[in-house]
Amino acid sequence: MSNEEAQIVRIEPTRGWVSLRLSELWEYRELLFFLTWRDIKVRYKQTALGASWAIIQPLLTMVVFSLFFGKLAGVPSDDVPYPIFSYTALVPWTFFASGLNFSSNSLVSNSNLLTKVYFPRLAMPIASVLSVAVDFALAFLVLVAMMIYYGIAPSWAILWLPLFFLLAFVTSLGVGFWLSALNVTYRDVRYTLPFLVQLWLFLTPIAYPSSLLEEPWRTLLGINPMAGVVESFRWALLGTDTAPGSMIAVSTLVGLGILATGAFYFRRMERSFADVV
Amino acid sequence: MNNTAISVNKISKRYRIGTQKQRYRTLRESLANSAGASARHIRTKLTGTRSARSKPTIWALQDISFEVGHGEVLGVIGPNGSGKSTLLKILSRITEPTSGWAEIRGRVGSLLEVGTGFHPELTGRENIYLNGAILGMRRHQIERRFDEIVSFAEVERFVDTPVKRFSSGMQMRLAFSVAAHLEPEILLIDEVLAVGDLSFQRKCMGKMTEVAGEGRTVLFVSHAMPAVSQLCDRVLVLTGGRLTYDGDTNTAINLYTRSIDGGQDVIDTSASSRRSGTGEGRIVQVRLVGADGGTVNFGIGEPFKVLMMIDLRDRISQLVAGFELTSLQGNRILNVRSDSQGLSFGPYLDNQVVTLTISVPGLPLYPGTYLIYPWFASRGGKRVDNLEEGIKINLVSQGLLESEALIQVGRGVILIDCSWEAHESTKRSDDHPTLSPSRATSE
Repeated sequence: MSNEEAQIVRIEPTRGWVSLRLSELWEYRELLFFLTWRDIKVRYKQTALGASWAIIQPLLTMVVFSLFFGKLAGVPSDDVPYPIFSYTALVPWTFFASGLNFSSNSLVSNSNLLTKVYFPRLAMPIASVLSVAVDFALAFLVLVAMMIYYGIAPSWAILWLPLFFLLAFVTSLGVGFWLSALNVTYRDVRYTLPFLVQLWLFLTPIAYPSSLLEEPWRTLLGINPMAGVVESFRWALLGTDTAPGSMIAVSTLVGLGILATGAFYFRRMERSFADVV
Repeated sequence: MNNTAISVNKISKRYRIGTQKQRYRTLRESLANSAGASARHIRTKLTGTRSARSKPTIWALQDISFEVGHGEVLGVIGPNGSGKSTLLKILSRITEPTSGWAEIRGRVGSLLEVGTGFHPELTGRENIYLNGAILGMRRHQIERRFDEIVSFAEVERFVDTPVKRFSSGMQMRLAFSVAAHLEPEILLIDEVLAVGDLSFQRKCMGKMTEVAGEGRTVLFVSHAMPAVSQLCDRVLVLTGGRLTYDGDTNTAINLYTRSIDGGQDVIDTSASSRRSGTGEGRIVQVRLVGADGGTVNFGIGEPFKVLMMIDLRDRISQLVAGFELTSLQGNRILNVRSDSQGLSFGPYLDNQVVTLTISVPGLPLYPGTYLIYPWFASRGGKRVDNLEEGIKINLVSQGLLESEALIQVGRGVILIDCSWEAHESTKRSDDHPTLSPSRATSE
């Protein structure tokens, strides 16, 4: 500990935009780990079905979508069976939506920590999204089982999958930064959130393929980063005709943009968190 | 090598009233406000007048400056709302100052609340790790001290039980125990000592003394004066957000206890109607003075003087005086009178003014408010004047007696320091241990 003795902390009022202090966040990585671990441990405590909730949600949505959109409405599915078509999209989507949900509420629901302990506040929404990654992994296992069932073998494109997952992570976190910081001052966020997620779901090609759109519009759909994520997932796993092109490029730019602006906005609002929450 | 651990320079903190704590705005309100603000702005521009509707603010801290050296144990005391907790929050970086700056050299651990981040669904073991991490401990530190933490908290049997099944006392003990095993160079503590039952409180106090003695820098905010006087080398007194004293512990405690209940110096009793006696003279003024100059608040066991000024109308050959001390409920506790010590004063002539000083060696009583009723009489005669309106005196715990370390109000009346010894011997089957003094010589 003696080698840390030179460490000097200066406390003074800050104004305007401030640095993200990512190095400090790295110093607090153990706390980040424990917060994530706590969120995972606690989420399904005292539930009868436990962690299977992580699978039930996308699975049931898939069943409903398959019945209504696939069978009744006859929505095209890029030449793959509709159930796996929609489920492949629902897995990253569910991750995104619950990550957004948890991170947006993370500051408010941990207000006792905010007002009593110091730590880089960015850790709070980050831990929330990280904890949801476990759910993603479980839901993904079901996806693997479905691929085996339908006899779909992935191509080398699957190697890109981690990057697409990262984009979903970045988007969820970026929006989470914005909404969690806003939520501290404006509790409207809590009521807007379910509505926002629902709307976003239909703006994302989950129940339908983006191939329904003509080209300039398809790329434009990529402004919604989750559209890029979903279509890339299908391409990487199911070999659909949606190879990452201009659409995923737009999605990546927008996703990173949301993350960066969200992080800076969060840091700017951070100074008043403890006083307002 | 700089020996300063914490330097604080002109720190101020302003809160907007209503914004402080839990009050949050809705978006609509905020939009309405900003619309109103811009309308006001335009109006200001047009008319050149400024509407005086600025938001009410409160200065929780104003221009606080002080330095703490490495290894110093600094107490911070002051009445509620004087800014003590705000100061700690700023130093532990939870909230930002409005102006001024502070510099801290060394790893800081702050403890503003016992059990921050405890999660009821997690087990004791899990909470130790979580809470430790939240308080800034590294995982290897927690692992190394895990057993110590558990045994200090006396929860060995329940480590793997969810904390929600713990009694509140057990939760508090566990929480304090984690916190007590923090190993930062600088420790900021807010009022966390009074945890658990009496014996655990004693243990906490012992642990705190140990921590303070390890050469760590400690900033300790508290209302518990015995703890402050036991732990701190130096004390800051905050009043209304300002630093009103910085220095020696005893002076600070006296200053603070006096400020809680700022009494007048001289109590004018000449016009009081609540009195009895023959009326051949009157007690016109009474004054209480403590050893440190206090007038209402005295430490338990602190010597003080009762001064009374007597205005005689008739001559009196042998004057006897005294006072009674009762509890607020009216229980008579003490009866001090000069004739019980064989003393009387005089003779005095009529129209003389006599000032009598009674030096009290200090009252070994439980802390609280007591009433003093002074009187005087002529020896063997009736009371000449007897005040029936008591004069208030507050006994406060200042750690002058050892026995006040863990007192609980209502559990007794008198406090005394005893001396203690313990002897042990090995039990033998042919021998019955006894306290009888003749045992050694029997047989």
